[in-house]
Amino acid sequence: MLLSPTAMHIPDGFLSVVVSVLFWLFSLLAIAFSIKRVKQNLGEKEVPLMGVLAAAIFAGQMLNFTVIGGTSGHLLGAALATILVGPWAAILVMTAVVATQALLFQDGGLIVLGANLFNMAVVGVAVSYAVYRLIYQLFKGREVGIFIAGFIAAWSSIFIASLLVALQLALSGTFSADLAIPAMGGIHALIGIGEGLITIGALAVLFASRPDLLNISPAQAGNNRPILIAGILIALLLAVLSPLASSDPDGLEWVAEEYGFLQTAQEPLYQIIPDYVFPGVENEIVATILAGILGTLIVFGIAWGIAYARRAKATS
Amino acid sequence: MIVDEAVLFENLNFSYPDGHIALRNVNLRIRDGEKVALVGPNGAGKSTLLLHFNGILMGDGRMRIYGNDLKNGNLRKIRSLVGLVFQNPDDQLFSPTVFEDVAFGPIYQGLSEDEVKKQVEQALESVHMKDYAQRVSYHLSIGEKKRISIATVLSMNPKILVLDEPSAGLDPRSRRSLIHLLSELPQTLIAATHDLALVRELLPRTIIMNGGKIIADGRTSDLLQNTTLLLENGLEPL
Amino acid sequence: MSIDPFRPARHSGSKPIHNLDARLKFIIALGFILTTSLAPQGAWAVYILLFSLAFSIALLSDVGIRHIYARAALALPFILAAFPLLFTVTGVPIFSFSIGSLSLTASWQGLERFISISFKSWISVQIAVLLATTTRLPDLLFAMRNLAIPQLIVAIIGLMWRYIFLMVEEANRLLRARLSRSGVTTQNSKKYGGSLTWRAKVAGNMAGNLLIRSLERSDRVYSAMLARGYDGEIRRFKNPPLTLQDWLILIGSIAVLVILLTLGLLLNS
Repeated sequence: MLLSPTAMHIPDGFLSVVVSVLFWLFSLLAIAFSIKRVKQNLGEKEVPLMGVLAAAIFAGQMLNFTVIGGTSGHLLGAALATILVGPWAAILVMTAVVATQALLFQDGGLIVLGANLFNMAVVGVAVSYAVYRLIYQLFKGREVGIFIAGFIAAWSSIFIASLLVALQLALSGTFSADLAIPAMGGIHALIGIGEGLITIGALAVLFASRPDLLNISPAQAGNNRPILIAGILIALLLAVLSPLASSDPDGLEWVAEEYGFLQTAQEPLYQIIPDYVFPGVENEIVATILAGILGTLIVFGIAWGIAYARRAKATS
Repeated sequence: MIVDEAVLFENLNFSYPDGHIALRNVNLRIRDGEKVALVGPNGAGKSTLLLHFNGILMGDGRMRIYGNDLKNGNLRKIRSLVGLVFQNPDDQLFSPTVFEDVAFGPIYQGLSEDEVKKQVEQALESVHMKDYAQRVSYHLSIGEKKRISIATVLSMNPKILVLDEPSAGLDPRSRRSLIHLLSELPQTLIAATHDLALVRELLPRTIIMNGGKIIADGRTSDLLQNTTLLLENGLEPL
Repeated sequence: MSIDPFRPARHSGSKPIHNLDARLKFIIALGFILTTSLAPQGAWAVYILLFSLAFSIALLSDVGIRHIYARAALALPFILAAFPLLFTVTGVPIFSFSIGSLSLTASWQGLERFISISFKSWISVQIAVLLATTTRLPDLLFAMRNLAIPQLIVAIIGLMWRYIFLMVEEANRLLRARLSRSGVTTQNSKKYGGSLTWRAKVAGNMAGNLLIRSLERSDRVYSAMLARGYDGEIRRFKNPPLTLQDWLILIGSIAVLVILLTLGLLLNS
């Protein structure tokens, strides 16, 4: 079927379990908070609106444009969702999209889904909202403000989220910060331009056809203050932290080790069970060979069992 | 060398990935300038066949458009020769203004800004909608949208126009307007339609399809009189 | 085939994995991936056993190994994103080479980390594919409700699922319409395609078109729901209780995973 891989969906195995769990917590808190807010604001209409919009964003990510040769650019849609239905509903919409991508299309892992959700559905939306509000206000309601704010909001959502991905990879000890941050940041600074352009294109059609759908009324301002602040803080935090971490990767790794984030740090557990209790296990090569034999036996056993069951059924 | 043969399909077979056989041994020749109707019940394979004219689908068999074999390296050229207008104009009109939608084709072709403007003007003129350039497609009536859709392919100067259900959803006045418009266009014309009255008025040749096969191919006046043939293939005589 | 949600049909024989309760599959799949993630780097024996288990389950599922691998292969490019680790991890060198002024040294530690992460990712993706191919999303959602996922999210995903195919169809039609107007004339066959900015903008136009239609559709969906008595509350059937067989499978699977994990932790010193 369709796959809209962006470079931001992290697969399983790349983040340490501690980091994964941590970001699951952050995501769940954000989602729970969003649910509460959405219930207050939208009432009954929320389910059909968000459900269909999630389907549209999911499908919208298929609308690619050719960059060079075989590569193409895609939409993520966090900024557009935010401009259309406001930040709280957008978080839920993007959660549905990202979760479905992971569950059904293996676009992003399942244990790391918490992190992917936080990066794309929460941070992507929060940063979009904060940037859009701030820049749109600068233009004092002039039409051109919608497009400029939209572009920068979309670009920021991609760029800032990518910095967070890099940080998560560095904290897990998978890649060092001085590699991950510039690489992710650099690539996504470019990808973000694509997102910005697509967003402007979409806004052009929306503004021409149904300007009432663009959710930029200041009336909801008060309600959305928490996410405005959150968006600003997260963006600033990452913008400041990333160059620091990048220039001192060892420092970050030291912090990660101190707090047990690293994937490789398992020492405390071994010391509890001394090696001599399981003598044969001590020799790693022997264990690997044994595992290979055992594994092969398991597979053949199952395969034989299936064939036997089929034969038995055929003859009965 | 003037190529007289617009379309050649020989032994065309096509199955969808899920196994459904949509086209069975289709043989078709259309000469430059002909106006042809494609009729048949739903599921006959009309839409599938239409999508072969510009290579969106490519089945097995020989396929040639104005002397160009249909193959992967050729498709962009074919799409300049064949203007395909889909049934639902909302699927085709995706730009903020009419001008931009009609300009898409020429811009993609790499024409200069002046050439693009000229093409758009001519195309809108052909569909009698010259003043609509700055309008927003979304706000137009379905009749207007259908005509703009035709303009979006006319701006590419195709040699063949392929239309999927052109009169579907139109009120009598818009329909009359559309028939009038189609009668003026010089291109080779192929239209898939349920509208037999339109066929009788506009298209001298009719191809009847059913179950993926071509059942009959001949003069409209003859075929439309054959009540048995029509009824057998899910059509009602006028 | 029964449509009784209180007693879902169970076919004996050929589709054992498909018929497992979705709650079980979900928990076991997550447990499997978690175990894989927790297994230390370089615990090859455990990786091999986990792989064999995944392969065996794939065989049992009767979905077809080739199909599963084909789907899993789509995730390969991201797994291979770990390749740079070969060069970035310092340690005992294997080989080095230079490209211009850039000098790269591959290390054994880097190789171990690269293969470990790739292996873990690969196994995890296969389990995820198995879960996806043997479980329909509605069943999964039905099950997730019992596992403390908020009702509103489940409702949104449910409705999204209903409209996703329709939206994808519309997106495909938009893409086809664009393709049909993407031609070259013989004169200009070098300079076609418009500028990059223009192409991105057009993709955006198409997205905007899709979004408007979807939002208007959601209004109609809402009206239809109202007409059938919708009042904002999401009500549904309760999940049937797990059978003894279900519990045995669940406990057995978790036990196996725990044993494998312990093995992995013990091996690595």
